[in-house]
Amino acid sequence: MQFLFRYANPAMFMRLSGAVLPYVAAAAVLTLAAGLYMGFNVPPDYQQGMTVLIMFIHVPAASVAMSAYGAIAVCSFLSLVWRHPLSDTAARAAAPLGAMFTALGLITGALWGKPMWGTYWVWDARLTSFLLLLFLYLGYMALWNAIEDETRAARATAVLALVGAVNIPIIKFSVDWWNTLHQGESIMTGDLAPVFLWPLLTMMAGYMLLFITLWLIRIRTAIVERRARNLMQRA
Amino acid sequence: MSAFSALLVRDLKLATRGGGGAALALGFFALVATLVPLGIGADLALLAKVAGGVLWVGAVLAALLSLDGLFQGDYDDGSLELIALAPLSLELASLAKIAAHWLSTGLPLTLLSPLLALLFNLSPGATAVLFVSLLLGTPAVSAIGAIGASLTLSLRRGGLILPLIILPLLSPAVIFGAGAVAAKLDGFAPSGALGLLGAFSLAAVLLSPFAAAASVRLNLSG
Repeated sequence: MQFLFRYANPAMFMRLSGAVLPYVAAAAVLTLAAGLYMGFNVPPDYQQGMTVLIMFIHVPAASVAMSAYGAIAVCSFLSLVWRHPLSDTAARAAAPLGAMFTALGLITGALWGKPMWGTYWVWDARLTSFLLLLFLYLGYMALWNAIEDETRAARATAVLALVGAVNIPIIKFSVDWWNTLHQGESIMTGDLAPVFLWPLLTMMAGYMLLFITLWLIRIRTAIVERRARNLMQRA
Repeated sequence: MSAFSALLVRDLKLATRGGGGAALALGFFALVATLVPLGIGADLALLAKVAGGVLWVGAVLAALLSLDGLFQGDYDDGSLELIALAPLSLELASLAKIAAHWLSTGLPLTLLSPLLALLFNLSPGATAVLFVSLLLGTPAVSAIGAIGASLTLSLRRGGLILPLIILPLLSPAVIFGAGAVAAKLDGFAPSGALGLLGAFSLAAVLLSPFAAAASVRLNLSG
């Protein structure tokens, strides 16, 4: 626990994150470039043709979207239990990013669905649970914006994030159950060939690094913003 | 009379007397059930097919109507502070409020549902399943709704943001509730869906008072 609190001091966090940020950003750019290069050089899939390339931007977006909610839940837990002051800011900063990656996953999924399934939207279990995840993000962000008092907003959204974290597996299960009841078709079958796996893993790492970069920038911006507001009030 | 039942009886009286939300929710539910055939046509076979889903969604929306007042009135006039100070723990007080909300909203909606199912040409067997599913599932709506109501407590327009927070969390109840009716219509046993719905509902009723009490506390302390 001790080391977590050493970086709870905003000045300390600013110094450390400022030093780390350029490297993380550079790693994100390089990994994404490598992943895209590898992705564009895969042979066309025997069933899906070149549309399989959409997988390289779709699957990583979906996995980051889930991880971002996990990050929010962990930050909320830290903030509720130990009143860790920076984790409120971190949780708030992660939410729009998570919502963006969820939306990206939905949009690329719809674009992939058009050539594959012949329609932009099917009530597939994964698409449906991601749509619900997007609404969870939007509700979380709306609650942050609606409560004026910042400490109160932080604690209320932390409770909501934890309730959501408990509920997400149940929602996922119920949507899967609902899907098998209504339609028994399964599209994603067969294992992924290594030739597709490596570009995919590289892209996943790239997306994750991109998320961390943007997250750090957003936390730093929020801290600077708060400092500026305090200075304005004092002046 | 124990503090728990005193609070329960008080909230029930407030809900049922003098413009409480209970009767309004029933009217809303009946109106939704009337508007749907006007929208999708009077084909009785189609109506029977969609009845489970429509009535479940209608019941959840109707229960939402009175949710924003669950803690709001007591918060505005200060009695919530007294309830928080009382020897009864805030978790149990939240449970009493959830129970009062269910008795004044969820239960009447459930009792009304067979009549509306009749209008939707639902078979007697499927109507029984719908009734049981609402009986099992509406406590979850009140319980999870209480979390939303306590989170939006200090907001002037909390009623607007409440559905956005609550409805995604309630999707399992709608899925299992309407799924049980669909299973019955398709000739399968509805017991699996009803069992899952009951489990979801029990977990919600058990865990929600803790989340609701925590967020009431943070709203009182700030």
